[in-house]
Amino acid sequence: MDVLGDAISQAIGLLLSGDPYLWQIIARSLQVSGLAVFFGLLAGIPIGTWLGLARFPGRGVAVALVNTGLALPPVVVGLFVYLLLSREGPLGALGWLYTPSAMVAAQFVLAAPYVAAITLAAVQSVPPELRLQARALGASRWQALMLHLREARLSLMAAVAAGFGAVISEVGAVIMVGGNVHGETRVITTAIVLETRRGQFATAMALGIILLAIAFTANAFITRVQQSQPRRRRPLTS
Amino acid sequence: MTQVHVDGAQPLLRGEDLIRVYDGHRVVDVRSVEVHAGEVLALLGPNGAGKSTLMRLLAALESPDAGRLVYKGREASRDDPELRRAAVAVLQRPYLWRGTVSQNVEYGLKVRRVPVSERRSRTRLALDTLGIAHLAEAPVDSLSGGEAQRAALARALAVEPEILFLDEPTADLDVMVRGRLLEDLERVVRHAAPAIVLITHDPGEAFAFADRVAVVEEGRIIQTGKPADIFEAPATEFVASFTGAEFMLDGEVAEVEEDTLIVRLDSGQLLEVAGECQAGQTVRVAYRPEDVILAAPSTPATSARNRFDGVVARLHPQGGLVRLRVEIDGLSLEVVITRHSLENFRLEVGTRVSAQIKATALHVFPA
Repeated sequence: MDVLGDAISQAIGLLLSGDPYLWQIIARSLQVSGLAVFFGLLAGIPIGTWLGLARFPGRGVAVALVNTGLALPPVVVGLFVYLLLSREGPLGALGWLYTPSAMVAAQFVLAAPYVAAITLAAVQSVPPELRLQARALGASRWQALMLHLREARLSLMAAVAAGFGAVISEVGAVIMVGGNVHGETRVITTAIVLETRRGQFATAMALGIILLAIAFTANAFITRVQQSQPRRRRPLTS
Repeated sequence: MTQVHVDGAQPLLRGEDLIRVYDGHRVVDVRSVEVHAGEVLALLGPNGAGKSTLMRLLAALESPDAGRLVYKGREASRDDPELRRAAVAVLQRPYLWRGTVSQNVEYGLKVRRVPVSERRSRTRLALDTLGIAHLAEAPVDSLSGGEAQRAALARALAVEPEILFLDEPTADLDVMVRGRLLEDLERVVRHAAPAIVLITHDPGEAFAFADRVAVVEEGRIIQTGKPADIFEAPATEFVASFTGAEFMLDGEVAEVEEDTLIVRLDSGQLLEVAGECQAGQTVRVAYRPEDVILAAPSTPATSARNRFDGVVARLHPQGGLVRLRVEIDGLSLEVVITRHSLENFRLEVGTRVSAQIKATALHVFPA
């Protein structure tokens, strides 16, 4: 218990002192996961929207695949991206292995299914008649689709938070493709692993507190969004 | 089939041989339907008759499986930009999107890229017209059902459509709100668009509101005409019963005179009916309970030749009206009279009365 107590008090001291090592790691984490989620949105929102609204043979399988993506083991994704980016791999020429770009790529693979799955649920929660009504007022297909997404926007924001929460806290993928290089590819999770091994519990705990705070903020956002949802579309009778 | 043409003018919109199939079932199968400038056309039919689907086909919101739309004399598809802009529909439920009432009302103008200042003034005008200017900045989820329906109507009116489709605009509302909205529809909407297509399951609404009524049954238009024509000369038993003539008397044509028939009812009475049928044909006769006139049995016969003496068998008050059943030697007639008449004539169960109905108030259909 003493070890834990000491670690927590030292961690708070470290955080307040503005230790550059600590803050550099935090910045890298936010940068890598932020970019991964950004690219995840670029891919996931169109895919989720398409799967949510289109009707085609094999759609069920595609939806199941996206949902399976929610349970992708980070370490397997890490291995997959490692093989893609390794010198002999198909994307080896990029020279990304053990750089932040590789970590963004691996976390992108983890984030995109989250974004797609939540987008899919979000667009399906909006009644299709809404788009029909927009069309009936003269909107083009594209304008009606934009209106549909605008109606789902709160849930789409939750997609951002969920995707971000999923990737910022994973360690398996980033450690495999990033390598935990000091000052380069060290992020909060990989640093926690390293510092714990080195017995630097205060630093590890300080990073842990930061990670919890980030995860908490993301989840608090999702909760707020979800609790503001039931007010929509109550039956309209007077 | 009655057809009313507006001075041979080219219709604004015409649907030809429209067929729409859902799950192997033909929900719309309409040979021809026309919408003319300056008219209110009601598509009248029971729930599930295919009216809303027909509306979506006419409003070019859905493509038919067969058939075509002709807009101002040329064929138009679902993506025809001119028709898409000219035809505006208000769906059955308001489907307002997040935001304020004015944000919703200006939507149609926004997608048409109407400049902001004009957009504002037209939005304000539409809100004023529907009497909801005070709700302009209200969030839509704070509206009552009637207010939401008005907002949806204002949103359509702001666009100043050429053809306005209204799908059961009062269906979701309670009686009071419905009455007020109907009055406003009559006052406002009639002048809002050159042509209006009203979808309704309520004959009263269709007859009060429309210049022409097309009766829809199982995806087909079975009669089109002026409200009075449909009410007075229903083309089929379905149209008759749907427009309020619920009670059918079975019989056989005993004699054919010039333009009247003598029908011998299964209960034995002879009934004079205006209509055309062959002698010996089995027929059903429809009448409206409000067309039956009651008198004291001693009263001398009026011009009505169909006069039967009977006994009041049942009284069933319905608001200001009372529905009675008169039993006449095996024949039951339903009659609707006012509460005032009931009291005046001191009618009660067991009172002897004479029931009369004009030949022209009866409708005969082959059984």
